[in-house]
Amino acid sequence: MKVTVKLFATLKELMPEGQNQMTVEVEDEATVDDLALQLDIPEEKDLIVKVNGRHGSRNTVLEAGDRVGIFPPVGGG
Amino acid sequence: MKIYRVNMTEGKVSEEEVKEEYAALGGRGLTSQIIADEVDPNCNPIGEKNKLVIAPGLLSGTMAPSSGRLSVGTKSPLTEGIKESNAGGTAAQKLGKLQIKAIIIEGQPEEGQFYVLKVNKDGLALEDVSDDLMGQGNYEVMESIQGQLGEDVCVMSIGQAGEYKLQAASIAVSDPEGHPTRHCGRGGTGAVMGAKGIKAIVIDDDGAPGPYMDNRDEFIEAARDFTQSLLNHPVCGEGLPAYGTAVLINILNESGGLPTKNFRKGRFEGADKISGEEVADIIKERSGKNTHGCHPGCVMQCSQVYNDKDGDYLTAGFEYETIWGFGANAEVDDIDAIAQMDRICDDIGVDTIEMAVTIGVAMEAGVIEFGDPEGAIDLLKEIGKGTPLGRIIGNGAGFTGKAFGTDRVPVVKNQGIPAYDPRAVKGQGVTYATSTMGADHTAGYAVTSNILDIGGTVDPLSKEGQVDLSRDLQVATASVDSTGLCVFAAFAILDNDKALPQVVDMLNAQYGLELELGDVFDLGKSILKTERDFNKRAGFTNADDRLPKFFEEEAVPPHNVKFDITGEELDEVYGELD
Ligand code: SF4
Repeated sequence: MKVTVKLFATLKELMPEGQNQMTVEVEDEATVDDLALQLDIPEEKDLIVKVNGRHGSRNTVLEAGDRVGIFPPVGGG
Repeated sequence: MKIYRVNMTEGKVSEEEVKEEYAALGGRGLTSQIIADEVDPNCNPIGEKNKLVIAPGLLSGTMAPSSGRLSVGTKSPLTEGIKESNAGGTAAQKLGKLQIKAIIIEGQPEEGQFYVLKVNKDGLALEDVSDDLMGQGNYEVMESIQGQLGEDVCVMSIGQAGEYKLQAASIAVSDPEGHPTRHCGRGGTGAVMGAKGIKAIVIDDDGAPGPYMDNRDEFIEAARDFTQSLLNHPVCGEGLPAYGTAVLINILNESGGLPTKNFRKGRFEGADKISGEEVADIIKERSGKNTHGCHPGCVMQCSQVYNDKDGDYLTAGFEYETIWGFGANAEVDDIDAIAQMDRICDDIGVDTIEMAVTIGVAMEAGVIEFGDPEGAIDLLKEIGKGTPLGRIIGNGAGFTGKAFGTDRVPVVKNQGIPAYDPRAVKGQGVTYATSTMGADHTAGYAVTSNILDIGGTVDPLSKEGQVDLSRDLQVATASVDSTGLCVFAAFAILDNDKALPQVVDMLNAQYGLELELGDVFDLGKSILKTERDFNKRAGFTNADDRLPKFFEEEAVPPHNVKFDITGEELDEVYGELD
């Protein structure tokens, strides 16, 4: 199945140059963690995950067509 | 330590011993207490009876990391309630080193008389500048004062907006380069300074005795530990220095909580073009600075220096809220135009958040179109010229909404709602509604657990847990605002149990106290109580602790959520305090 992925801040480097989002083919019932592995995001890295704009985590199970945003720890205010 | 009183009616300065009740207070705790003790809650904020209190945090001037935050307290011309407006810049550290606990400015000179207040190791003095400096913006004022007195002095000044006593007027505080990029922005403190006839305050710490210090060795140890706690936290030690606060554009946009088109939508199509990542790339390309501290000794350094297309300095301290407001909220995706608006606000001396909300309201009313950066720039420039239109805009979102007859005005207690949609980030909505300050994002920054997974996770779209979250954060923030620590230190404090005890250790070592952890929360509660009591005496009731109706009636996409936390539930925030 396909999901739409956006990587942000320091993880943005892992996206194809000049692109702000990408479509990624993942196994059915893949988790965010599986996706992260596929994208070469370091395993030990803390992540903030938003799936379809809702709170997610490495354990969130993905569905076809999901919009996944992945951030390293960021903050401000 | 001493407190100075400056009487502008008589043009006199006097020195006072610090009362025992004030000894353990600093920053917001002290400014709010003095305002509550000395100011009639029903006075006219720009009249003779209001006062302006300036206080460094308890730790300011020491080697405690990121501890140079300044509090300015007054009765707000914008909200008509109590106000503490917090700023970075170099003022607080210098006041701490001069062992000045607070400066209280009261009374009023004759109309049209303006002064510079000089602060140095020998005390305070007023100098008449009625024929000089007047009508100048903050950039010119700071340059001319530093040209005369040297680059090491700190300048706090008002621009034209403060001279006109507009309700969104700020007090600018110079950054380490002498630029007016740090502001006591919220609540119109600049109008009060203007009403007191003070154009600028110059703080020179040459020959200062250094900060009050009881036990230096213990202090240094605790400060070192706390520095490590900040540096080890991924946001404080890595995220903030690399991207500044504008990194939030994308995460709020993803979360559907980035207010767009005067709070109609939670996502902005142009978000990528105004994101922190984009800003960081541009800064690098133009040889600006991506990592910059608003004062020396900040280890988180969330500030940055932004150059224009020619590589010349344009602005600094280019914050998420500013970019959100002149960007997404106005449907503007031109980051250079937004940077120009930031520069204009800093120069004229108006709060960027209030102005961003106001521009959204002006667009709503059809004064200019959404998506028109040139129109927005022109409107902001009107403020400096003092035209009737400029004075309307400079009085903020509520005033502008009334002037142009629109009821879609995102304010609480007449203060503009910042950067996080209260329907999609509900904890933030609770803070906006109930804060003693009016809509203030820093007063109880629930974005932490709602969006950033800091200090746990609370679903931002559900009402569950938001009241408790906001209350706990409001209490903790009131305490942090008293120490002089930057509110961003709270990220480490929320995630690391060792961090807060290190702050307590620093305070105990510096002042010879025996505070315990619980005292920190008691202090926060007592500050909120004092502030709330002032507001009550000024005529505020629970009915003022509410969001504008449209947040309850209109669902915001993409999540199509309304603000569904009831008035009764909101009243629980302070239920036990009252
Ligand atoms: S983190 Fe940013 S706002 Fe806070 S003290 Fe440092 S530079 Fe100033």
